[in-house]
Amino acid sequence: MVSTKVTLSGWTLDNPLIPASGTFGYGKEFSELWDINMLGSFSFKGTTLEPRFGNPTPRIAECTAGMINAVGLQNPGIHHVIEHELPEMKKYFHKKVVANISGFSIDEYVECCRLIDKEDQVGIIEVNVSCPNVHGGGMAFGTSPENAAAVTKAVKAVTTKPVYIKLSPNVTDIVAVAKACEDAGADGLSLINTMLGMRIDLKTKKPVIANTMGGFSGPAIFPVAVRMVYQVARAVNIPIIGMGGVATAEDVIEMMLAGATAVQIGAQNLVDPYVCPKIINELPEVMQKYRINSLEEIIGGAWK
Amino acid sequence: MKFVLQSQRALTSNVYHMQLTGDTTAVTKPGQFVQIQLPGFYLRRPISICDWQAGENGTLDLIYKVVGHGTEAMADMQPGQELDLLVGLGNGFDVSGSEEAPLLIGGGVGVPPMYGLCKELIKAGKKPSVVLGFNTADEVFWKEEFEALGVNVTVTTVDGSMGVKGFVTAAMNGGYDYVYTCGPEPMFKAIYKVMDEQGVSGQFSFEERMACGFGVCMGCSCKTKYGNKRICRDGPVLVKEEIIW
Repeated sequence: MVSTKVTLSGWTLDNPLIPASGTFGYGKEFSELWDINMLGSFSFKGTTLEPRFGNPTPRIAECTAGMINAVGLQNPGIHHVIEHELPEMKKYFHKKVVANISGFSIDEYVECCRLIDKEDQVGIIEVNVSCPNVHGGGMAFGTSPENAAAVTKAVKAVTTKPVYIKLSPNVTDIVAVAKACEDAGADGLSLINTMLGMRIDLKTKKPVIANTMGGFSGPAIFPVAVRMVYQVARAVNIPIIGMGGVATAEDVIEMMLAGATAVQIGAQNLVDPYVCPKIINELPEVMQKYRINSLEEIIGGAWK
Repeated sequence: MKFVLQSQRALTSNVYHMQLTGDTTAVTKPGQFVQIQLPGFYLRRPISICDWQAGENGTLDLIYKVVGHGTEAMADMQPGQELDLLVGLGNGFDVSGSEEAPLLIGGGVGVPPMYGLCKELIKAGKKPSVVLGFNTADEVFWKEEFEALGVNVTVTTVDGSMGVKGFVTAAMNGGYDYVYTCGPEPMFKAIYKVMDEQGVSGQFSFEERMACGFGVCMGCSCKTKYGNKRICRDGPVLVKEEIIW
């Protein structure tokens, strides 16, 4: 009997599978297709203080082995999530959830995290620092170690639950940002967020996406994600949730060998709504094939 | 869900009809769509359902226009090929929302879902009539299939090479009390204006670029008077009263 259990900051998951924020809504649509309680957990749709409609459409562009999205954090706002989505979620998901929080100022991050920290249904708070800082010239918080650390520190001061900072890959040195977050008190790290990408329509000769650029995700970015998880895992002493193009049970194992404790599935949920149960069912067999008894034992195996 | 391609034929130079067999029990309303996984392409292709026979061994009729590499690959597919589909997506048309004599207006590749709708309306005891709008006579398809349902069919072509010369609005001359439509947005706006003038309500089936097709990615959101909606899940059909242009 193989063991798929993993532990994130004292929270033990039945398996390392966590659908990524923005690809799973608040879980309801998937719960109508299969029992989402078989997941380790899931990360809910990136939530901000105020409701947001997001960007104009088209928001989606196809790429080779991936896609670009520029949804722009459409969400109903933290108060609606706490008052409506979480009580609704209780009906179909009986485990703790990863609360993905976004903000456009440090004050917004702080207020959202302070509110969501009080919710029993939340296992960890995942802070997305890839949004532009409206008070800082619009540059994303996650693109400088100082700003990422400032968000981390501010959020940690108002929370009791583990705080994981979700890092952007659109930086020169992701290790520097990761270490700055660790030093500022982060309990863990999630990486990677989408990569900045763009497509142009040859018929109109204009960008496909109304917002011009967007986040590139899907199997095409998997090698970049593995590389970044590997680099960061070797440099920090806090757990990592690895993600970026994961599509198979083999990918999950590879991501864990790079140094991830848990693994998120993003874009693949959108093209195959059954990919998560498929991977969970296949994991024991694939583990046996590669002579792995316990997933927990292989974390960082590529460099340990 | 696994489907098998049974037949495929060209209806015009770039519009194809494919018939598939598989489990269609998830299809409940006309105007719903499927998401087809194509080998070698990352995102599925959303295609509206033209007609279907319900059942575990049901049939699915899809009509699509070749507009890019994905639909080009679809046109090359041979009978016997297995395809992975998500079926029964979207809200579909509400047949019960209609008055006694609805007008169905399909523009170009917006024609196919009107066919399944027409059959359901007839089943529900309504007396639909149909307007099919195209640019030229070369582009006309599915006219005979509509006529075989015993309904009044008017074809409009922009260049006048078949039927009434002009846009579909040239055939909106009364005799109906409700409108169902699917087609390009400029056509929608023109129809909407005529409906306003005539005091007629109806339902519009929209199109938007989407990723998942089942309501989680928020790629196809739109604003309506009834709040934000996802074209793939809360749509593609919106009622006239909620539309914001």
